[in-house]
Amino acid sequence: MRIGVLGLQGDFREHLTVLRSLGIDARDVRTKEQLDEIDGLIIPGGESTTMAYLLERTGMLSVLRERGAQGFPIYGTCAGMILLARELKDSSPENRLALMDITVKRNAYGRQLESFEADLQIKNIGEFHAIFIRAPKVVRVGPAVEILAEHEGTPVLVRQKNLLASSFHPELSSDPRVHQYFLEIVARG
Amino acid sequence: MERLTGTFKVKSGLAEMLKGGVIMDVVNAEQAKIAEKAGAVAVMALERVPADIRAAGGVARMADPKKIKEIMDAVTIPVMAKCRIGHFAEAQILEALGVDYIDESEVLTPADPEHHIDKWQFKVPFVCGARDLPEACRRIAEGAAMIRTKGEAGTGDVSQAVRHMRLMNKQIRIVRQASDEELVSLGKEWGAPVEVLRLIKELGRLPVVNFAAGGIATPADAALMMQLGCDGIFVGSGIFKSEDPEKRARAIVMATTYYNDPKVLAEISEDLGEPMPSISAIHLSERELLQVRGN
Repeated sequence: MRIGVLGLQGDFREHLTVLRSLGIDARDVRTKEQLDEIDGLIIPGGESTTMAYLLERTGMLSVLRERGAQGFPIYGTCAGMILLARELKDSSPENRLALMDITVKRNAYGRQLESFEADLQIKNIGEFHAIFIRAPKVVRVGPAVEILAEHEGTPVLVRQKNLLASSFHPELSSDPRVHQYFLEIVARG
Repeated sequence: MERLTGTFKVKSGLAEMLKGGVIMDVVNAEQAKIAEKAGAVAVMALERVPADIRAAGGVARMADPKKIKEIMDAVTIPVMAKCRIGHFAEAQILEALGVDYIDESEVLTPADPEHHIDKWQFKVPFVCGARDLPEACRRIAEGAAMIRTKGEAGTGDVSQAVRHMRLMNKQIRIVRQASDEELVSLGKEWGAPVEVLRLIKELGRLPVVNFAAGGIATPADAALMMQLGCDGIFVGSGIFKSEDPEKRARAIVMATTYYNDPKVLAEISEDLGEPMPSISAIHLSERELLQVRGN
């Protein structure tokens, strides 16, 4: 199994470190050709507008959108969640993968001063210490979407078949269990 | 469930998210929108870019809060703002405005010749400039959650940023090789807090993100700094003092991602128009250097 981490911008090295600590063959992905060499993709935290611009400019966006719709496993953290969401509240809709039936509001917890740490209860995983940085908020989930964790009544980890998204950053937590959960999704095809 | 805000983890965490990206100086809402559209990961809200500060002389201070608010309202990416070295009241004002990061910057006229701000007192994270590893260690000990090279701002000459980055890399290699006893001597010799040196030895790198700043004017400059091992790029005057800011901004964003791909770099470096009016840093007198402010 080989996992790619989108390496256009953001904290992709932290994801690679977690994956490699689990003995996984992990590499950063910056071109659409490299998408052929991996079994699953993590979209890291970073600035979603920057990643969207680079995804579009490199032609990766349309390839990834098609693959994702056909069952290719993708996990988006924070900025990655924004790129996966079908709808954005109060922002322009273009340049995204729009694969998951969720509506997301960007920076909805507030600016950096409102960035926070909190303990979550994650389904099938248990207690998890999560880090939220200028995090997006899930304001609607469609019927095909399973909520795996909530914080103060808001979904923060959601899954729709091959697609996983979190508004927090498990790559900053020194705890690989959310990554392991994604690897199980990849392994089951 | 309890929420913890203002922790070092969330302060340094935002800097982690900015990695591989370009932070651009802007002086109004219109420039901020251009920067965001071109793929900037954050903007630095200013009244004047460093080249104009340098030209104007006199005392350079924090920007007018109205200007900063105008820029915060214009974009969804993080907004940073500068305060003077040691001017904790300016920093308090910037925190009250809700900016996402404060740059305690040598580009502005230092307010305290002896001290930097005690950054642990703030919930908002700080980035500080450094010319070498000891300086970076002192800033980290004061609570900085992000470091950048000082370079020589407002010149368009990348040589000083290169010098500072290479020196930091060299000193990190020395720390990695040092025994525990030698770390204490190094700390004394360098004027660097030994607990930060220990952390660097343990991690094999700086404990916070390190960006390049001070003189970056072209996509090739950005690629050079990324290949030297910095985590991302600040561009001050280099974009909006150039002939075609939008095109240059996009090219520098691309160069920061594809810094290792000369074919892409060749393509994006083409036909960008004139870069900013530049001056060679070695022709500046000691009085004119910004990098020597605050040590």
